Amino acid sequence: MYEFEYVRPQTVATAVEQGGAGQYLAGGMTLLPTLKLRLAQPGRLVDLNALPELQGIRVDGNVVRIGAMTRHADVARSAELRRAAPVLAELAGGIGDPHVRNRGTIGGSVANNDPAADYPAAVLGLGATVVTSAREIAGDDFFTGMFSTALAAGELIRRIDFPVPKRAAYAKFPNPASRYAMAGVLVAETAGGIRVAVTGAGPCVFRVPEFEAALTRRFAPEALDGLEIPSDGLNQDLHGSPEYRAALVTVMAQRAVAHAAARG
Amino acid sequence: MSATTADTPAGTGIGASVRRVEDQRFITGRGSYVDDLERPGQVHAHVVRSSVAHGEIRRIGTDAARAAPGVLGVYVGEDLRADGIGDLPCGWFVSNIDGTPMFSPSHPVVAVGRVRYVGEPVAVVIAETAQQARDAAELLEVEIDDLPAVATLERALAPGAPAIWDGAPGNVSFHWQIGDRAAVESAFARADHVAKLELVNNRLVCNAMEPRAAIGEYDAGRGEYTLWTTSQNPHVIRILLATVTLKVPEHKIRVISPDVGGGFGSKAFHYSEEVIAAWAARRVGRPVRWTADRSEAFVSDRHGRDHLSHVELACTKDGRFLALRVSTAANMGAYYSTFGPAIPTFYYAPLLSGTYAIPAIYCDVKGVVTNTVPVDAYRGAGRPEATYVIERIVDRAARDLGIDPAEIRRRNFVPKDAFPYRTALTLEYDSGDYAQALDKALALADYAGFPARKQASAARGKLRGIGLSSYIEACGVGPSKIIMTSGGGSGLFESACVRVNPSGSVVVMTGSHSHGQGHETTFAQLVSERLGVPLESVEVVHGDTGRIQFGLGTYGSRSLAVGGSAIWKAVDKVIAKGKKIAAHVLEAAESDVRFENGRFVVAGTDRGLSFPELAFTAHAPLRFPSDEIEPGLEETAFYDPSNFTFPAGVHVCELEIDPATGVSEVVRYTVVDDFGTVVNPMIVDGQVHGGVAQGIGQALLENCVYDEDSAQLVSGSFVDYTMPRADDLPTLAVDYIVTPCPHNPIGAKGCGEAGAIAAPPAVMNAVVDALAARGVGDVQMPATPHRVWQALRAAAKPAAA
Repeated sequence: MYEFEYVRPQTVATAVEQGGAGQYLAGGMTLLPTLKLRLAQPGRLVDLNALPELQGIRVDGNVVRIGAMTRHADVARSAELRRAAPVLAELAGGIGDPHVRNRGTIGGSVANNDPAADYPAAVLGLGATVVTSAREIAGDDFFTGMFSTALAAGELIRRIDFPVPKRAAYAKFPNPASRYAMAGVLVAETAGGIRVAVTGAGPCVFRVPEFEAALTRRFAPEALDGLEIPSDGLNQDLHGSPEYRAALVTVMAQRAVAHAAARG
Repeated sequence: MSATTADTPAGTGIGASVRRVEDQRFITGRGSYVDDLERPGQVHAHVVRSSVAHGEIRRIGTDAARAAPGVLGVYVGEDLRADGIGDLPCGWFVSNIDGTPMFSPSHPVVAVGRVRYVGEPVAVVIAETAQQARDAAELLEVEIDDLPAVATLERALAPGAPAIWDGAPGNVSFHWQIGDRAAVESAFARADHVAKLELVNNRLVCNAMEPRAAIGEYDAGRGEYTLWTTSQNPHVIRILLATVTLKVPEHKIRVISPDVGGGFGSKAFHYSEEVIAAWAARRVGRPVRWTADRSEAFVSDRHGRDHLSHVELACTKDGRFLALRVSTAANMGAYYSTFGPAIPTFYYAPLLSGTYAIPAIYCDVKGVVTNTVPVDAYRGAGRPEATYVIERIVDRAARDLGIDPAEIRRRNFVPKDAFPYRTALTLEYDSGDYAQALDKALALADYAGFPARKQASAARGKLRGIGLSSYIEACGVGPSKIIMTSGGGSGLFESACVRVNPSGSVVVMTGSHSHGQGHETTFAQLVSERLGVPLESVEVVHGDTGRIQFGLGTYGSRSLAVGGSAIWKAVDKVIAKGKKIAAHVLEAAESDVRFENGRFVVAGTDRGLSFPELAFTAHAPLRFPSDEIEPGLEETAFYDPSNFTFPAGVHVCELEIDPATGVSEVVRYTVVDDFGTVVNPMIVDGQVHGGVAQGIGQALLENCVYDEDSAQLVSGSFVDYTMPRADDLPTLAVDYIVTPCPHNPIGAKGCGEAGAIAAPPAVMNAVVDALAARGVGDVQMPATPHRVWQALRAAAKPAAA
């Protein structure tokens, strides 16, 4: 770790003021290992852990509002969420391991936009809105590429608003070593139609219009039989080729559909 | 996890599942590991490592680093050489087939002239704080001219491959053989069938929980060095420091290995950082400490395995084995580690006979140098590689000939009335009952019920497979004469001192080293049982050359069989002396004194002395002649085994494969081991569980991967290197048979490595069995989901076309 200035603001306004020249520290599940390996050298860390207004889960009719600093573990065990949008609780309960879930936050995960993170599939797949210190950004416009988002420098995520889907489920094939998604597929029947969002397989979360069309015709796993996304441009690493990831996307999508369909 | 621990006797003697006395301090955070120690005035070393795999060092600019805050010294390889520091030693020598000696690369403590692997030390920075040392290290100007690099066996052996050492043409640093080639050729000529396989034994990173650490200290007044190090064998490190690297008289060096968090072989070697810490402590006049971080451990701890073998088994049509022929290439890394060449030769090939009577065996082994971390012993060390070869080819033969894998093994086992049995490769198996272990394992695994379970899996779209492994290993290293005539640089006996205090409590000083195995409990149980003293009255001391008379350390499952036997012999001497003293005190003939149930008694009378009474009397020489019998009660013994021990057993793995994803789930796992006499079944169960976890890890999960072109380590962190986790493992059914070792006093054979040795072929035989239904011939380790999926897809293509 290199030396850095550390501040712990008590209000969101102060945080945003200080954030422009620094880096926000949420759960630290990505940032801290990066710092320890000396792969990043921020001049200032702005710790968001003393900001209660960024925490908490609220169900407002057909919208679930999750504060940016809400821990994965809290999302996973929220009884309210398990009723309103169980897909979110299940997704959060499958992130990393208990240590990660007790520290990691939804805002940190979404702002980081790791290509293999789980939450981006929920934001895109459910058509959520990212509410920041400056504006509201539609989920469809938020993720712009590998580790990059529509956030401007110093812009802070306050919360994420998820429309409650009619039914939805998330299935992921975890990387055997890291347990990040190698192919994570969120399938949702929303007010705006069927949405299928894929994380882990490509450089950035993406939707699969062919799957959405097939599932619009018939919301059943068999509707995806024989469909496979092109492997061009998918991720390649020690644990899987692009072809393997393409195949896994179909398998995970089918499992998510089966799970969602079973919810009725 | 297993049923056996519940069935053991109460009490604290041999056979009792006594809770580990060391766990109180480990579990409550009161252990004392090297990194926990603070020495007055200590400073910190940071080792700067090569980021390129192969290159000429053009220049290392140190001025800016020297001028950085807190820096006390910056040293490169030439600085150590100029100060008389020797190269790292290799303690094992083998000869080539033509009788010439193997090529021995020089292995500087810090690189000189050329770097040969990513992670090789190129400089050392000593500073007041670890942070300052690391900051200064970034100011070093390391300029290296890249040379072409090669990491894998295939690339290193390919024609025109980049040469790593001038003395190793074609990157082959030795070509060794064992066995009767002519007899093998003639048996193959008359065979009905020859089973063949190409086998990869994947490279592994050990990943002990505690990373390596060292603290060097120099007392200028006495001219004495102290080195605290995470070592499995502190006396061996002292010998090597004294005679090879530091070159300081042995009596001027004290090496201490305090609590150590796992070794698995990777802490049995003499490492650069040990030399650096001790040498730099004198150089800067302050204690110097170094602790590896996990990233450093990946590129500096010695790696394991990495073999490529071509194997052929000649059989009759009814599955009798006639001969075995094996050709192996073994990746040695860029330099030889302390025992490097021993592992793929002496510790590997002699075990190729497995548990079978095979009339003729021949094996040749090429040691291959590459631009990778040196390879050395890792849990099992050569024996997992041998077991993998024989247990996979036996299964292949069974499959080829349409014989049940259990049946083909049974037909070829060394029969139980054939012991001692000399194999075609000179080992003399001492005792065993392989068919009994097989029968017990098959019953426990419900082998007969497998077809029904396979059908049920198929109905759920899953591919189920079952795999056997009937392993044997040579442990209890070792008979010094065999070791030294086979290339070893020293004997491998063990020592123990049993010191009885006047109050009757006992201190045992053992040359074995516990780094998680629970010796403080097991050895105390031995002494408690023999002397009849409470377990709490026995203290086991290990890991300090300043307190222990001598020792050769812990590896090769040798601690109980060899170290325990030394304790046993020292106890014999204590009892013998006690009888002499008791004879005087009790006014009886020495031959009439018996030692029974913790009392010295005169046979046929009620006269006797309790052990504490005798202990006190020994230190109060009034009633016995101290000119004839020395006062005190302390005895030392050195035990050199007459043979290896041969633990054996049968593992049965049953797994289910999801053809859609390629994921293998081990659903049942059965172990029947023969470790001879078991002292603490709970501890032995734990050793089996850990070993099986590592074996399943090797078969399904773990893979150390280098980039083929750059020779950069790709699997350099836990993000990419798949360590087995609890949820990767099934509940294990563990049971035992017992054929005691006939040549050591305890009857123990050793249990530390068996799981890691037996599990990989059991798992892979199960994978191959499961995939056979889909036309997949073979899969290499690790059978990762990706690899299994690829094999299934490849097998499906011709059918579709």
